[in-house]
Amino acid sequence: MSAATVEELEKNQEQPADSSYVFRSSKGLNEDIIREISAQKKEPGWMLAKRIESYNIFKKKPIPAWGPDLSKLNFDEIIFYIRPEDYKAMKWEDVPEAIKKTYDALGIPEAEKKYLAGLVAQYESEAVYTNLKKVWESKGVIFTDMDSAVKEYPELVKEYFMTKCVPPADNKFSALHGAVWSGGSFVYVPKGIKVEIPLQTYFRMNTKSSGQFEHTLIIVEPGAEVHYIEGCTAPRYSVSSLHSAVVEIFVKDGARARYTTIQNWSTDVYNLNTKRAIVYENGIMEWVGGSMGSGVTMLYPASILRGRGARAEHLNIAFAGKGQVKDTGAKVILAAPDTSASVISKSISKDGGKSIYRGLVRIGREAAGAKAHVECQSLMLDDKSSVDTIPIIEQFTPRSSVGHEATVGKIDEEQLFYLMSRGISRDDAVALVVRGFIEPVAKELPMGYAVELNRLIQLEMKGA
Amino acid sequence: MPLLEIKDLHVEIEGKEIIKGLDLTMNPFEVHALMGPNGSGKSTLSYTIMGHPKYKVTGGDILYNGESILNIGVDERARRGIFLGFQYPMEVSGVSVENFLRTAAEAKEQKDVPILAFHKALTKRIEAMAIPQSFLDRYLNEGFSGGEKKRNEILQMAVLLPQLAVLDEIDSGLDIDALRLVSDGINKLIKEDHLTLLLITHYQRILDYINPRFVHIMVDGKIVKSGGYELAKQLDKMGYEWVKEE
Repeated sequence: MSAATVEELEKNQEQPADSSYVFRSSKGLNEDIIREISAQKKEPGWMLAKRIESYNIFKKKPIPAWGPDLSKLNFDEIIFYIRPEDYKAMKWEDVPEAIKKTYDALGIPEAEKKYLAGLVAQYESEAVYTNLKKVWESKGVIFTDMDSAVKEYPELVKEYFMTKCVPPADNKFSALHGAVWSGGSFVYVPKGIKVEIPLQTYFRMNTKSSGQFEHTLIIVEPGAEVHYIEGCTAPRYSVSSLHSAVVEIFVKDGARARYTTIQNWSTDVYNLNTKRAIVYENGIMEWVGGSMGSGVTMLYPASILRGRGARAEHLNIAFAGKGQVKDTGAKVILAAPDTSASVISKSISKDGGKSIYRGLVRIGREAAGAKAHVECQSLMLDDKSSVDTIPIIEQFTPRSSVGHEATVGKIDEEQLFYLMSRGISRDDAVALVVRGFIEPVAKELPMGYAVELNRLIQLEMKGA
Repeated sequence: MPLLEIKDLHVEIEGKEIIKGLDLTMNPFEVHALMGPNGSGKSTLSYTIMGHPKYKVTGGDILYNGESILNIGVDERARRGIFLGFQYPMEVSGVSVENFLRTAAEAKEQKDVPILAFHKALTKRIEAMAIPQSFLDRYLNEGFSGGEKKRNEILQMAVLLPQLAVLDEIDSGLDIDALRLVSDGINKLIKEDHLTLLLITHYQRILDYINPRFVHIMVDGKIVKSGGYELAKQLDKMGYEWVKEE
């Protein structure tokens, strides 16, 4: 790529961050770019082969037609790979000033910056530093960026990376992801080890038209436990951008994993993800998510309950403001006896925003004694907004039970009157009701994230 | 100057007239009881004083501190010192009692209220009212018993310290112990915080705990009889039919 393009792009950047980029692929996608990405990362041949294989699948797969309108998504206009200074920091002090400035510009509170000690932060497409608590390292816990994992733990990556959980052929965007993935986290928790401090990462993307394809791979061996947290916020852009992550989680026998994320991409981003967990005997998988921002979001974390007694809990809140489509939900496959799942999905729509709950619960023939419960709650703040609920329940064994509840409603005027009769303004009363609505999700988040979620929602409410 | 002056008030809901020319004057620090049979318009009056948008004032006026409040919003009326204790308080899921009370206090003060200082003051307040600490963390009225909801109304009043409180059937659904607790709370506000009170009730029972200086009887959208405490006793003995017949 020519230096002129880099300069041009940097001139167009509206945000204060001004890191100099070592390498940036040009717009659009072809095999040369994929080879270049792989070469830049000094990847082994097997990973390049995987990328090329994925790319060939991507070319053949159609854009999914069953969901929101993706016709404006133009792959030729997207930059598929960006890399910050070829630099990895181990300490907060070592993080480049430009990156700290971006955090400041995003208004990350001091308390959350402190959280940053002991996490992997992704700036642009790549983790800038890794700082895993030594105590966990000594117990064999691996927490590193995905690119390093390819080189340092090739056997684990070969076995688990886009093989049995989310193969490239799963859908068009997982295939694209397989071709151009970059950055993300790799977590490995050995048998019986309980990681008590949540492992956290931050993803931010900061360049026009830059695709973000971070890959998260979490392996929790039998009896082990881990809580992994991913947060995303992004500065504004004027050109459509694409975020298409893949998350793969393996919860082995008797293990427990919790995956928490708050996403707040700017409203011109297509946020199209594939997140999936395979849960073995008596394992527990918990998904906690807050989906803010983005133009179009498609997100249906999936749990495949493969072992007897496996359990999944999905808790999600989505906020759809002006011009936003939130097509979110959950997918649970109960494929073993005595498995159970609970899905709670909440949405808030405002200023013409569109929220769709799309969910699948499949209880297989082998799942005798399985239980599933789905609860969708939608709150509409005005008449312009819309809500749709598309719950699909497939029950292949009668010896199982499944329940579904959906409540869709406008904000209750009598509730507002009650709050206003105590002197609270109408806007503040609405904000209070909304905060109450998201509370079941917020209380599952670590303090800093709960504060951020509340702040984001309050900002959205003001239309900021 | 009267604190509240209602003059020839006419109110309708969805085209139906409920209050048909009502007059009521309350001076500061007075306690009035408003009694009447079901459907006489007592609750409509309380909602109208608070400014519920469903209740349309078609004639007359409501003056508060000498100024008409008909064109003033619900929240502003509250901030000026009017309080309505609800017969059926609304539930707000996910909002703790303490969080709600602090938001209301901030609205009244029109500034941020420090969390810790507020928590301390509130803890003292609920101890005095024999309300357990756990009450503050519960979601507003969600899963509350009838008695707890009413005590929560009194707690809100104690935090906001209004000039004028209208309590709509605060005694309904209370057993004798809860009634005593609620009445104690109200009496304390009358005595220590100079509350002016309009107590709307069906039954004379609560008036054994809270002594009104004036008792008004409302029938079919109007006050048909006013008097002192003895009027309530007479009513208790003879029933509303007696008033209607007169």
